[in-house]
Amino acid sequence: MAFHKSNRNSLARQEERLFYLFISPWLLGFLVLTCLSMAASLYWSFTEYDMLTSPKWIGLENYQSAFSGFDSRLFWQALKVTLIYTFSSVPLQLVGGFLVAILMNQQIKGINVFRTIYYLPSITAGVATAMLWLFIFNPQFGILNWLLAQVGIEGPAWLASRKWALPALIMMSMWGFGGPMVIYLAGLQGIPQHLYEAAKIDGANAFKQFLYVTIPQMTPIIFFNLVMSIIGTFQVFTSAFVMTAGGPVNATLFYVLYLYREAFQSFRMGYASALAWVLFIIIMIFTGIQVKLSGKWVYYEGIR
Amino acid sequence: MAQTNTTITAQKTKTHWSQSIHSLEVTGKIAAYVIISLGALLMIFPFVWMLSTSFKTYGQVFAWPPVWFPQPLQWKNYPEALTILPFHTYFKNTATIVLCNVLGATLSSALVGYAFARMRARGKNIWFLILLSSMMLPHQVTLIPHYVIYRLLGWVDTLRPLIIPTFLGGGAFNVFLMRQFFLTLPGELEDAAYIDGCNAFGIWSRIMLPLAKPALGTIAIFTFMSSWNDFFYPLIYLHSPQNRTMALALRFFQSQYGTDTHLLMAASVTMLIPMMVVFFSAQKIFVKG
Repeated sequence: MAFHKSNRNSLARQEERLFYLFISPWLLGFLVLTCLSMAASLYWSFTEYDMLTSPKWIGLENYQSAFSGFDSRLFWQALKVTLIYTFSSVPLQLVGGFLVAILMNQQIKGINVFRTIYYLPSITAGVATAMLWLFIFNPQFGILNWLLAQVGIEGPAWLASRKWALPALIMMSMWGFGGPMVIYLAGLQGIPQHLYEAAKIDGANAFKQFLYVTIPQMTPIIFFNLVMSIIGTFQVFTSAFVMTAGGPVNATLFYVLYLYREAFQSFRMGYASALAWVLFIIIMIFTGIQVKLSGKWVYYEGIR
Repeated sequence: MAQTNTTITAQKTKTHWSQSIHSLEVTGKIAAYVIISLGALLMIFPFVWMLSTSFKTYGQVFAWPPVWFPQPLQWKNYPEALTILPFHTYFKNTATIVLCNVLGATLSSALVGYAFARMRARGKNIWFLILLSSMMLPHQVTLIPHYVIYRLLGWVDTLRPLIIPTFLGGGAFNVFLMRQFFLTLPGELEDAAYIDGCNAFGIWSRIMLPLAKPALGTIAIFTFMSSWNDFFYPLIYLHSPQNRTMALALRFFQSQYGTDTHLLMAASVTMLIPMMVVFFSAQKIFVKG
């Protein structure tokens, strides 16, 4: 009996060793590239560090400089630009993606082709499409201003205009609503059909079915898309770097672009680390608020 | 008599109703079709415009009203755009990074995901929770320490910082995806293999990996897309011209020859083609979730 027990223990121990052996690549990456790096980054955020000389402890100075000191003008501008972008682009993408997903969920001939077309821009978004939009937004030769001219509107200078550069990037982001759309689509297809049948028996028309079956069933997915989109928009970089370089006059100075400049052009690694931690905390706060609010509107099967 | 009359009218209204509901459904479908088609045109229009521009002469680019279908097509724009700068080198660099990333992400997420799905160990749940929460971490927090580490290792301005990290777990989301997949496989598979004297690694590589092809394929495609398109990390780590990736080179091309829009569009189209090919050959995976 005792032998049997110890045998089982050794088997369990063997399995445990195997488990850690199997996850060791991730564990190594996690310990060095995540834990150690986070600790280093936190420490450096309290220092002045240019990578050539060793970091010099300066306490909260980096944070003070960002919030109310020497760097505050650009810091608040970067935060403002990013927040405006987030709060315009996320709702537009989520609502647009949802409505299109509902259209796409119908049994129409050739629907798969349409789904592919709508999804394409979001998956190809990068430098190449940024080049394309740069040309579309060209004030003199761009197709957008030509189209506007056809209906008698004189288009603005778009990316060269302080007023229109950020709205232009928001418009461009709309092109990528296929990302949330496919996730909605997967969710719509997962709604059990019997719920609709039950609603029909209860006399609910199409609109009421949508309101009382589709939307509640979709809330967890809307929530997921909301959290992921906000995290994503806080980290916009490529389009701003390539298309506007943050300008004109910092009108499109996105937060990560600002961080990149401080770190890799001015080599203020300490200050940039502080910026990274502020970003991290902002994202945590936003996610925390959403998780808290989600209890009020997200419907989970079997909880209520 | 009066009663039969009312029944008849009732029946009439009923058929009338169902007919109108039916026609309502048909009009609804037609309306949806029209809206979807218009939207699709809007979505695809920028690509068409890009393609059209890439076949224009320098002068046609700036024509007003715009030239929609350039005649004749300037095929020579493509070889010209791709030889002004040594794009074959950039393609080689990008292909190296992309292939290594696909290999690293699929293999290591399958290994780690398998352990999380199938093995029992103390502390497993805590590690899994940590893995999930690490998905929320913005990369910028670890960006600077990573740069410092790779600089110490002498890896800056080599492809290594863009390749090696993907072998360390292959991304938390991919691990999660693999774990969910392995959870759906029946446990008898492993039991039978154990009895046949297969060890854990053998079971993983010979039995589990072949079964996991759909999940591995999904991860491979998403990894392909994101690393082919990646701009931020190559920008930070690669400095010498001969180390550039396609994405970096395109940006450099624009800053040098930005006024040659027709060539810039030709280079951009070239950059998009591999993504389109992969996307269309794998669209079933995307579209069906």
